[in-house]
Amino acid sequence: MSATIDTHGHEEDHDVHHHKETFITKYIFSIDHKMIAKQYLITGTIMGVIGVLMSIMFRMQIAWPEKPNLLFEALLGKWAPDGVMDADIYLALVTIHGTIMVFFVLTAGLSGTFSNLLIPLQIGARDMASGFLNMVSYWLFFLSSVIMVCSLFVEAGPAAAGWTIYPPLSALPMASGGSGLGMTMWLVSMAIFIASSLLGSLNYIVTVINLRTKGMSMTRLPLTIWAFFVTAVIGVVSFPVLLSAALLLIMDRSFGTSFFLSDIFIQGEVLHYQGGSPVLFEHLFWFLGHPEVYIVILPAMGLVSEIMASNSRKPIFGYRAMIASILAIAFLSTIVWGHHMFISGMNPFLGSVFTFTTLLIAIPSAVKAFNWITTIWKGNLQMNPAMLFSIGFVSTFITGGLTGIILGDSALDINVHDTYFVIAHFHLVMGISALYGMFAGIYHWYPKMFGRMMNKNLGYLHFWITAICAYGVFFPMHFIGMAGLPRRYYTNSNFPLFDDLANANVIITLFAIVGGIAQIVYLYNFFSSMFFGKKAEQNPWRSTTLEWTTPVKHIHGNWPGAIPHVYRWSYDYSKPGHDVDFVPQNVPLKEGEEELQH
Amino acid sequence: MTALLTIIIVLFVAVALWQMVKIFDLAQVGTTTSQVADDHDNKINGYLMIGFLIFIYVITILSFWYLGDLPLMSNSASEHGVEVDNLMIISMVVIFIVQTLTQFVLHYFAYKYRGEKGKKALFYADNTTLEFIWTVIPVIVLAGLIIYGLFTWNDIMNIDEDEDPMVIELYAQQFNWKARYSGADNVLGKANVRLIDIDRANVLGVDEDDPNAQDDVIVTELHLPVGQPVVFKMRSQDVLHSAYMPHFRAQMNCVPGMVTQFGFTPTITTADMRENADMVEKVKNINTLRLERKAEIEESGQELIYEFDYLLLCNKICGTSHYNMQMKIIVETQEEFDAWMKEQKTFPNSLN
Repeated sequence: MSATIDTHGHEEDHDVHHHKETFITKYIFSIDHKMIAKQYLITGTIMGVIGVLMSIMFRMQIAWPEKPNLLFEALLGKWAPDGVMDADIYLALVTIHGTIMVFFVLTAGLSGTFSNLLIPLQIGARDMASGFLNMVSYWLFFLSSVIMVCSLFVEAGPAAAGWTIYPPLSALPMASGGSGLGMTMWLVSMAIFIASSLLGSLNYIVTVINLRTKGMSMTRLPLTIWAFFVTAVIGVVSFPVLLSAALLLIMDRSFGTSFFLSDIFIQGEVLHYQGGSPVLFEHLFWFLGHPEVYIVILPAMGLVSEIMASNSRKPIFGYRAMIASILAIAFLSTIVWGHHMFISGMNPFLGSVFTFTTLLIAIPSAVKAFNWITTIWKGNLQMNPAMLFSIGFVSTFITGGLTGIILGDSALDINVHDTYFVIAHFHLVMGISALYGMFAGIYHWYPKMFGRMMNKNLGYLHFWITAICAYGVFFPMHFIGMAGLPRRYYTNSNFPLFDDLANANVIITLFAIVGGIAQIVYLYNFFSSMFFGKKAEQNPWRSTTLEWTTPVKHIHGNWPGAIPHVYRWSYDYSKPGHDVDFVPQNVPLKEGEEELQH
Repeated sequence: MTALLTIIIVLFVAVALWQMVKIFDLAQVGTTTSQVADDHDNKINGYLMIGFLIFIYVITILSFWYLGDLPLMSNSASEHGVEVDNLMIISMVVIFIVQTLTQFVLHYFAYKYRGEKGKKALFYADNTTLEFIWTVIPVIVLAGLIIYGLFTWNDIMNIDEDEDPMVIELYAQQFNWKARYSGADNVLGKANVRLIDIDRANVLGVDEDDPNAQDDVIVTELHLPVGQPVVFKMRSQDVLHSAYMPHFRAQMNCVPGMVTQFGFTPTITTADMRENADMVEKVKNINTLRLERKAEIEESGQELIYEFDYLLLCNKICGTSHYNMQMKIIVETQEEFDAWMKEQKTFPNSLN
């Protein structure tokens, strides 16, 4: 494949295409990784808007419980009689918000966009190893998104068992209205999503291993590629387990098996299930579910590392330690799933083991945080919007990560498990952080994707409002959680015990609404810059990596001539002995110049 | 019709915001030629970084000020709760120190090293000693926390049979709790959902022929004698539930098809807890807030004035009325407990 492209890559008049691209092959069923990346991004953005809108709705219900609201009446229809949100749809909103944000936005939208865009460009490849599989991967993702959105319109309601869909609640339509057709569609959508994710991951792995250009050894790879590569490996290891859990659940639901169900009496009748265990499902779910949070955060870490180095005009500090910590996190991430299950009824001895492995993850995470801080130390920081989001990423990653010390400790988890403390923790450490990583990536690589620049002042406005609102929403939640308020409560008004938290909940909701509306600034910037943004230069941020050696106008095969060779690592910023403060990877070493052996 | 109008209004607001952003965008034409940050941007955003650092500190202080009575770190009402609270405080102190310092360093550096034309960054790629230091320090701190945590965890989860704990079953169903006391023999009668007989009011599926079941007592309000170790055997008849008793630092899931357990010793009676100075203040505060919404609360049928009680809450999403699945817990002296128990019907007498 690469050989054939190579030959016509040498022709001078490459811009005149040999095979004429029609609208359909160029914009819809494209096999070009750059177009597929944009497709992922735009689909992810649309899903993100839906997910955020849902969160604003259920936050309004929490702040002003059971108060009529015109917005609910307008958007929820029969689920909000007289504008009062129904308890079932509240749970459904919470469930679908979680599913959409974790999988459709922060897995496919983030990893799908940037792995596709950057892997071939940064390693020096004409395209992915299999362009066709790549296209299939996107269209499966699109299909699963469509099914997930359609499930919102099911008569008995969408899935409402929490994004973790623990059976028996998710298995029995008698237990929850959303566990009928809504849950079936959820499961089908996720099964297709997993197939899409696996095709994508295999492609990324093969491409990184096989298609690196001459000189691009593994220790010269930008950290973005390391992050995408390891993420893909974790995905291949853990996603199939979720698929198996989903399939077994489908069998329990539709074919009367008892994998996860046993001894159930509901609505006046005993069900036939015997011998299964919901705890088994929890194990299978979290065997993916925990690595999943690293599938979300590692690509963000990679993007942030790259952007921080480039905008600090400094090499990333501790390149090898950064790789080692990515690998350590990846390994540990597969043996900590039990910390979601300390009080599930699992053997307490297992709880001890998982406490131990979980707290170990803090070590590579701390190394990464310190290395980022040292990277900006004595730098020459270019405060582009991407850089602000990267600094914001480190800030929220630290704030959110630290409380993991409490949640990972089984003895302490007993009391804050499933409270707002957990919500605060994971939204900061993987939700907001990963979102910041994604925004940083979009601001930074927008010129590469669309050939135009985003407006920086709108970017600043977007960042600062978002940053303040993110803390405003999630910081006080820690305290509400420590006061014992359980998550997923439709209203707290049945508990006078929590009355003194009501004002805090109103403030949180106000921050959430402002933060949500602020995203309009971003959406405007994103879509209008596509057409009216300032034309981009070839290398606007003066970065060293190979993607900035390709022409601004996208061509199939990426480089008009031969693929550049690589002579150095990707972090030669402000290297002594050079006139400019960056030396691209394709510039040969000067005579007598040593490549840094770190 | 109102729905349609609302959608139109929301759309108009969105369009208006969009247009405002557009005006902001167009107003800059001519003022900036490049979309890459220049010295002016670096300077402003550098200062804003310091502003943001202050914002983080302020929100931390405000949260502690308004929400920081930290009910889950003091006044635990169980024996093991004291240990949990200690560990929580130690962890919080560690987190607080690290958070304050690292956020300072991060934002201060972002301000201090903001870019200027002509400045050159330091080429500084690696320092093994530094990396060694910040690998080892977390290792030491975490080792301490892990060891303390594991001792506490084992202490909580190992139920000491020598202490002769009172056996109580907690029974969960959509959407209420029941408790079954094991009676004088301290052994629960056998039970299975297949034995549930609604017509005979055997709602827990207790085996009527089991001799151990004859002195069992089923109630809907949990009473515990102070100072008496108890072990809860938990069951659920339909979906997952979680028995969460925050004041006792206790929680365990109830899983259909299996019996889970959690044990603790309550140390403070409900009456004493109501006298507790912190609690008096908290309750007073809550009642002030409740008086402000008097009409609304009276309409909902709740008692207007709140009086403190221990609670058992469901803390695992379990369906529509998950948000209202609770049971009152009363901790009292042994005499009061015995007197209360005497009034309850035993299982055979509770059947139709």
